[in-house]
Amino acid sequence: MASYYEEGVSLPKTPKPGEEPEPWPRKTRVVGTRMRRVDARERVSGEAVYYDDISLRGMLYGAILRCPHANAMVKNVDTSAAERMPGVHAVIHGGSPEAKQYTPIGTWADPTAKRELFPSHCRYHGEPVAAVAAETPYQAWDAVRAIKVDYDVLPFVVDEVEALKPGAPRVREKGNKRVTDKYERGDLDKGFREADVVLEENYRVECQFHDCPEPAGGVANWDGDSLTLWIGTQGVFHPSQAEISAGLGLPLSKCRIISKYSGGGFGGRTHVYLADFIAPLLAKKTGRPVKIATTREESYPDGGNAPPHNMKVKVGVKRDGTLTAYHYATINTGGAISSGGIFWYDRPYRDLYLCPNVLTEGTDVYVNGPPSWPMRAPCHPQAAWAMEQMMDTLAEAIGMDPVEMRLKNMPTYAQDIEGNPPYTTTGLRECIADGAKAFGWKEARRKAERTRKGEIRRGVGMSSGSFEMAFIWPPTTPILKLSRDGSVKLSIGEADMGTGTKTALSMVIAEELGIKPEFIHVEHADTGTTQVCQVSAGSRTIPTSTPAVREAAIKIKQQLLDMAAKDLKVDPSDLVVEGGQIVSTGGKKVKITDVSGLKDRMVIVGVAHAGANPPGKRVKPFCAHFCEVEVNMKTMEVKVLRYLAAHESGRVICKVGYEAQLAGGVTQGIGLGLSEARVFDRQTGKLLTTNMHDYKVPTIKDVPTGMEYLLIDKNDTFSSTGAKGVGEPPKVPPAAAVANAVYHATGIRFTKSPINPLQLGA
Amino acid sequence: MKKDRKEQKGKVQKGITRRGFLTTVGVGAVGVAASSTLLGQKAKAEEVREAKELTKLTLVVNGRRRRVLAEPRWTLLYVLEGCGRGECGYCTVLIDDVPRYACMTLAVEAEGAKITTVEGLMKGEELGPVQDAFAEEDGFQCGFCTPGQIMAAEGLLRANPNPTSEEILEGMSGNICRCGSYPQIFKAVKRAAALK
Repeated sequence: MASYYEEGVSLPKTPKPGEEPEPWPRKTRVVGTRMRRVDARERVSGEAVYYDDISLRGMLYGAILRCPHANAMVKNVDTSAAERMPGVHAVIHGGSPEAKQYTPIGTWADPTAKRELFPSHCRYHGEPVAAVAAETPYQAWDAVRAIKVDYDVLPFVVDEVEALKPGAPRVREKGNKRVTDKYERGDLDKGFREADVVLEENYRVECQFHDCPEPAGGVANWDGDSLTLWIGTQGVFHPSQAEISAGLGLPLSKCRIISKYSGGGFGGRTHVYLADFIAPLLAKKTGRPVKIATTREESYPDGGNAPPHNMKVKVGVKRDGTLTAYHYATINTGGAISSGGIFWYDRPYRDLYLCPNVLTEGTDVYVNGPPSWPMRAPCHPQAAWAMEQMMDTLAEAIGMDPVEMRLKNMPTYAQDIEGNPPYTTTGLRECIADGAKAFGWKEARRKAERTRKGEIRRGVGMSSGSFEMAFIWPPTTPILKLSRDGSVKLSIGEADMGTGTKTALSMVIAEELGIKPEFIHVEHADTGTTQVCQVSAGSRTIPTSTPAVREAAIKIKQQLLDMAAKDLKVDPSDLVVEGGQIVSTGGKKVKITDVSGLKDRMVIVGVAHAGANPPGKRVKPFCAHFCEVEVNMKTMEVKVLRYLAAHESGRVICKVGYEAQLAGGVTQGIGLGLSEARVFDRQTGKLLTTNMHDYKVPTIKDVPTGMEYLLIDKNDTFSSTGAKGVGEPPKVPPAAAVANAVYHATGIRFTKSPINPLQLGA
Repeated sequence: MKKDRKEQKGKVQKGITRRGFLTTVGVGAVGVAASSTLLGQKAKAEEVREAKELTKLTLVVNGRRRRVLAEPRWTLLYVLEGCGRGECGYCTVLIDDVPRYACMTLAVEAEGAKITTVEGLMKGEELGPVQDAFAEEDGFQCGFCTPGQIMAAEGLLRANPNPTSEEILEGMSGNICRCGSYPQIFKAVKRAAALK
């Protein structure tokens, strides 16, 4: 059995029950290394099971009819022709009894906003009107096309600024302005009076889609009154089980959600899709399992989006680079329903650079558009687009290097929390200074400036960032089981959407127990076999789950030591676990698999719960990004040549997962800055960007494949693993960093995203 | 046709992994009336088929002959999720060693050709060299686009065993990775070229 364990390795000290474990040493054996993912094989061999890979006996296929208008009343739905079509088993719509089995649930940001399933008033192009179940997908789509709907088409508004004007069509009865949120500290007027330079500018960032590779859908199967649903989600418990059971009136115990694999997430799967209700309702009506796999086109109205921002920024700065005041106001929209249009809209202004006087105002407006969902650092990249371009503009106005000016305003405590708690670690200065050094900032800027006269010009830019969360967000309750053969199984509810959760947790167990990772099995993301936890969002999964799993492993070691103490007739405090055995200070030893307690019980179980963030302190991740671009002055094509991302995110657990998050965040940020934009038809209010040609996400040719990552480790010990999250921070700076580089190359300040040749004609 | 329908039902309902996707009928695809020459093979002119009539087809998938039934309008691999319209590249397979979007290919075009999917790169239970390179360089995140990425790389390397960096970028540019693992994918293709 020794082969399951690394031989001759000393393991982290086992604390006595009730005592806190010591932090791991700076250099660890497994944690932080470049280990291949534990689920690499499934993902490269075709073995991974996404919901669309599941076929059940007797399974039918569902399809959804969607409203073709931006704003319309559904007067009548005639399903008679559709019902007579070959292979059709069920047609449901707002008037069907099945639809009444659904109780509207709230949105992710607003429990009071009720999401209707097949609403009689459709408020955006793409809202579901009816659904079909048939023998084949093609038959289902045929039947969907045969449903006749009479609409009373109403005036619409799809632009959030237009929507605020008097006389604009009303999206909601109460009016189009949902709410204005405010945050204030210090004395804004005083701040501007103290400034040597005050600048003001308007910025706009377009709406970005999550564009998950796997569109919404799932396979629903009823066993009596128990539902099993296979979907792609960021949280089988929250949001999926919680919202689906509420919507369908099921006890939690009879609502099983399974999501071993999810084709993307990016925040778009922190809330349920309406298809998650439609498949179970069709399955109930037909008495057969039902699969719905929605189309790429449907995924644009249905798959979530990050709200567009219309921002006004006024900033004051002293000659020495010290910021004195921020005034930031933005008009956003979360679509036709209250769904977080201004969620976290102002976080970088509140708390990235030191600034004593701040006023922020965020207005959320209803338009006839699909609901927004949190997307990778909600509102942070958009806010940074304006703020970080403004930082460069200010630096130029006072004749200071952009890096130098930022370094003049470094915080060590949270400015927007009562009592100004200190950060557990503040790596922002190192991210900026060490990042600039590693990038060769000054030299690159100088070299780029020599290309100022040519047709192809180079520019170098940077941007910093932080993020609201990336700390412990309970609950999670891992259960670790040591079997009699020495193998280990972890049961935990968290998702692994390709984020590396399973690999990171395997590494934590291997670090603590000395077991080789290939003998660990991680059972996850199944409400039937794992324990309730929060959604994998807010960059919480690694900071929350790694200390809990470490604690579960420690509990196994504590039990092993107690059991071995009896076998070896010594005190447990004389024992340590090392290399697959328990060894006493006097030289006695017993193999883990020979410990009689384990042999008798055949299993040792370690259960732990998520802890808490340290009281009176603020856990926060920081980053700074640097890039070099090339701009063709004739075509205004922008190519990002070089990129460096410096991050302080605490201890890195899974190296490949960490780098993948950085590459992914940067890529999506470059997309936001250079190519991605939702477009509505102004004549009809229809969504025009419903495919990957019209909605352009980056390809391999649009990002620098030699991206560099600089790890800033400040030895944060806020938890027993010291790991902050890194899913969202890398999305914050890229668009602004690229915009600053483009300005450096061209002298043109692109205040509106995406930066593309079309803007020059405008 | 009645008998065929029954067979189809039985087959369609089995199997749960992407591994088996081409063994089911749900994947068939088939041609329209006549004239595709995409693969250099003219469909027979007399084979005019009704759009919704189930049709027998023989596809050679990963070296094995598969008799399938499909409506003529079905595209190849429609059960494999993707955009269905030649944008994302998730459904990329090799047809006679050339990477193609399965969603843009009709089965009648593929009949008789050698179709290779990501499962066809496995050497028994072992990963093939391109798969192993993707695993080693972490050339994936959610994994949804990965079979298509790997087939694009495989096709590139079959045609060009020593691609330059530019050729790799060109060869992989028809496959979107929304997770943004392009740096890792690029390294994986480089490693695969060295391994093969």
